[in-house]
Amino acid sequence: MATKLPKTDAVIIGVGWAGGIIASELTKAGLKVVGIERGGDRKTEDYFMMHDELRYAQRHGMMQDLSKETVTFRNNEKMRALPMRRYGSFLLGDGVGGAGVHWNGQNFRFLPYDFEIRSKTIEKYGEGKIPKDMTIQDWGITYDEIEPYYDTYEKMAGISGEDNPLGGHRSNPFPTPPMKKTVNMKLFEEAAKKLGLNPYVQPSANLSEDYTNPDGISRVACQYCGFCERFGCEYGAKADPIVTVLPVAKETGNFELRPNSYVTRILHDGSGKATGVLYTDLNTGEEFEQPADIIVLTSYVFNNVRLLLLSELGKVYNPGDGTGAIGKNYAYQIRKGAATGFFDDKKFNMFAGAGGLGILLDDYNGDNFDHTDLDFIHGGMIIHQQTGQRPIGNNPVPSGTPSWGQEFKDASLKYTNATLKVSGEGASMSYKHHYLDLDPTYKDSFGDPLIRLTYDFEEQDRKLAKYLAGRCEEILIEMGADHVDTMQELEPYDVAVYQSTHNTGGVIMGADPETSAVNNYSQMWDVENLFVVGASSFPQNAGYNPTGTVGALSYRAAEGIVEYLKNSGGQLVNAKKETQNV
Amino acid sequence: MSNHDEKQLDANGSSRRKFLRNTGIAAGGVVVGGTLGGLLGMNDKNEPAESASTSKAVTHTENHNQALMFFTPEQFHITDAATERIFPKDNNGPGAKELLIGYYIDHQLAGGWGTGTTEYTSGPFFPGEPTQGYQGRLNRQQIFKIGLKGIQDYSQKTYQKSFPELTAEEQDAVLTEFADGNVSLSGPTSSHFFSELRAATLEGAYSDPLYGGNAGMAGWEMKNFPGHQMSYLDIIEEEFTEIKPLALNSQHNH
Repeated sequence: MATKLPKTDAVIIGVGWAGGIIASELTKAGLKVVGIERGGDRKTEDYFMMHDELRYAQRHGMMQDLSKETVTFRNNEKMRALPMRRYGSFLLGDGVGGAGVHWNGQNFRFLPYDFEIRSKTIEKYGEGKIPKDMTIQDWGITYDEIEPYYDTYEKMAGISGEDNPLGGHRSNPFPTPPMKKTVNMKLFEEAAKKLGLNPYVQPSANLSEDYTNPDGISRVACQYCGFCERFGCEYGAKADPIVTVLPVAKETGNFELRPNSYVTRILHDGSGKATGVLYTDLNTGEEFEQPADIIVLTSYVFNNVRLLLLSELGKVYNPGDGTGAIGKNYAYQIRKGAATGFFDDKKFNMFAGAGGLGILLDDYNGDNFDHTDLDFIHGGMIIHQQTGQRPIGNNPVPSGTPSWGQEFKDASLKYTNATLKVSGEGASMSYKHHYLDLDPTYKDSFGDPLIRLTYDFEEQDRKLAKYLAGRCEEILIEMGADHVDTMQELEPYDVAVYQSTHNTGGVIMGADPETSAVNNYSQMWDVENLFVVGASSFPQNAGYNPTGTVGALSYRAAEGIVEYLKNSGGQLVNAKKETQNV
Repeated sequence: MSNHDEKQLDANGSSRRKFLRNTGIAAGGVVVGGTLGGLLGMNDKNEPAESASTSKAVTHTENHNQALMFFTPEQFHITDAATERIFPKDNNGPGAKELLIGYYIDHQLAGGWGTGTTEYTSGPFFPGEPTQGYQGRLNRQQIFKIGLKGIQDYSQKTYQKSFPELTAEEQDAVLTEFADGNVSLSGPTSSHFFSELRAATLEGAYSDPLYGGNAGMAGWEMKNFPGHQMSYLDIIEEEFTEIKPLALNSQHNH
C-alpha cells in the first residue's frame, strides 16, 4: 500500500532540461514543486574524472541501465520486436539533469517552415507532394509565436552564435558571440562561399565567454577540452540544468528534488483530471503517492509515451485507421547523408574541440531550396563539426582499407587528425506506420511492458540522404580533400549503430484534438492539468538538433501552467478542426 | 613506462612462453597447477630470475596489474597473440603485446562489461534481424571463452599447432576465417566474437592507462592524442600541434 504524501502544487516527472526549466519558472512564480527523478543527484565537482573515453563514451557511464529498462524495436509490423539489449542508435540519459548533462550543446532554432510544414508544402507544391502515408502536421504554433520563448531559453543558457543568413527572424542578438573558428572550420567556410552557399558558425551552448544570465547565474567560458557528448562539463561551461535552472529553483525554497525515485503511474479520477503520481523509492523499494494540482511529464520521449499508455491517459494511436494520438508520429533524424574527406599532407587539431563547435549552412534545409523537381520534401543542415575526436571511437580509414592488422593500424594513425567530415542532418518526416506502443512480450524491472518502437527509413529518407551526401561531397572536394568517401545508399534503419539521440514524437502538438495529444502549451487535450513536455511533442523532426526547441516549448509550457492556475482551470487553447492524411 | 622497462617485460614474457612451449604444457591447453607457478620466474638460461628486492630494474618495472583476473593462462596467450595481429608492432610504434592489451581485456572481462550487468539480458531470446542488434543469450565472458577455444581448436585442426605458435601469416589466416564468419562455434558466430575482440583491442590501445592497457601512454603517443588535458584554448585556432599526453592520474594525484 502506497504512503500518501501531502499535496503539492505541481509534481514534475523527470528532472532534465524540460523539468528543470519548468521547476525554475514555477517556483519563481511562488508555486510549490516536487521534482521526481529516477536517477541520482549530481554536481559539477563530480566531473573531475570525466576525460575518460572508456568509462563514459564506450561504457555509457551516464546512461540509463538497460538491464532495468530498454525499448524493443522492429523495422515494420511484420517483424517481431526485440529488445535493444545494448546501446546503439541512441543513448538514453539518466539522473538529475537528464540527457541535458551529457549532450554536446548543439543548439538550434527550427525554421519557420518547420512549424507549418504541411500547409506551406501544399501551398507551394500542391497536395500531391506529400505521399499518402506521410502524416506530417503543422504544430499549431508558428515560428513568430514561439520566437520569444527561444529568446528566453537562449538567454538563460547563454547560447553563443552568429546570425543564420537563412533562418527565422531574431528579436535579439545571441547572448554571447560565436565560438572560435578553427583552421578546418575556415576551410569549410571558404569552400562554401566559393560554392555560393551561406556558412555560419554553429550556435552553441558551450559558452564562448564568461556569462551571467538573467537569473543571476554566472558561468565560465568553454576550454575546448573535447569531452562534451556523453560527458558532463567539469567547468560548468556547457549549459546543463544543474548549472542553470536547478540552482534557481532550489534558491526559491519552493523546490523539492527527489532523486532515485521512479514514477510507475500517473493517477487520475473519473473527472478527466490527473490527481497525482505513484512512485517507488529505488533505494528502499517503498511506494508513495504524491498528489498534486498539476502534473508535468518531462521524462524522455519514450517514457513520456510509455507512462501515458501505462496510466491509460489519452487515446491510444491506432496505426490501422490513424485515429488516436498517444504513440503517433514517431520520427528521428536522417544523419547518414554525409561524406568523409581524407587529407594526405595536412593535419588538424581534431583531438581538441567542443560539443557545439562547428560551422554549417542551411541552403539545403527546410524549403530554402526549390523542391519542384525533387522527389522528397525538406532537407537538412550541412555541418562540419569539431567535437573532439577521441581515439577509441575515431579510427578513420579510406574505403577499401582492411579493418584490422598492420595496414589498418598504419592508415588509421595516418588519418587521425587528417580526416574531416561534412554531414547532412536530415529532417525526419512522420509516417502512419512509425509509432510507439506497449510491447506484448518484454518487461521492465517492475514487470511493466517496455515501449515498442516501429520505425524504418522511407523512400523520402533515402532520396534526402543521397541528395545531402552529394552536397557534402562537393564541399569536401572544394576544401581540398585528397580522397572523399561519400554515402551511396541509405541502408535500412539499424538500432545497433549510433546515429543520434534525436528521437521525437508520440505525444504530438497540434491545433486539433482529433489529430494531436497536446496543445501549443504542451497541455493535454484530454487531461487539462497534465502537461507533457519534450521532443515527444514534435509532429515530425526538423533538420536540426532538438534541444533548443525543447527549451522554448518548456518556457511556453511553464507560462501556460501559471496561466492555467490563474484561470482556475480549462483549456488554454481553443481546439481547431484540421484536415490531414489518415 | 620507459623503453628499458618494455624490454624487461618482453624478456620475461618470452621466457615464459618458451618454457610453456618447450614443456608442451600450453599447446594442448592443459596447464598443471602447482608446479607451474614456481617455474615461471625462470629466465632463458633456466636460472632463477633475480628477486625484486635485489634488482633495481625489476623494482622499477614491477607492474602488479600484470596478472590475470579472468583468463586461464592459455586463454591469455591466445588473446595476446591474436590482438598482436589485430594491432601489430610496426614502424609507428608498439603493438598489442607491449601495450598490455591482453591484460586490459582480461581485466575488463572480469567486471560488469564481461557479464553484461547494464545490458538487457532477459528472455525470450530470438535470432532477430541484422537491424535489431545483438540478441544472443551469451555474455562476453562466455563469448570470449568459446571464441578463444575456437581459435585454438581451429589452429590445431589446420596446422597441428597451438595458435600462439603459428607464424604471423598463419595467425592472420586463422583470424581472417573468424572475421569472415567462416568458423562454426557453439553459440556465437565467429564474426561476432572477432568484432568483440577487435573492439576490445582498440579500447586496450587507446583507453586511459588506468585500465591496464595503453602502457606508458604509447597508444596515445602514436595517435597524437593528448589524453587528459584541461584546456586547448591556446591551440584551438592554431595549425596542428603535437602535445605530450597526460593520463587521468595527473589530475587525481594533486
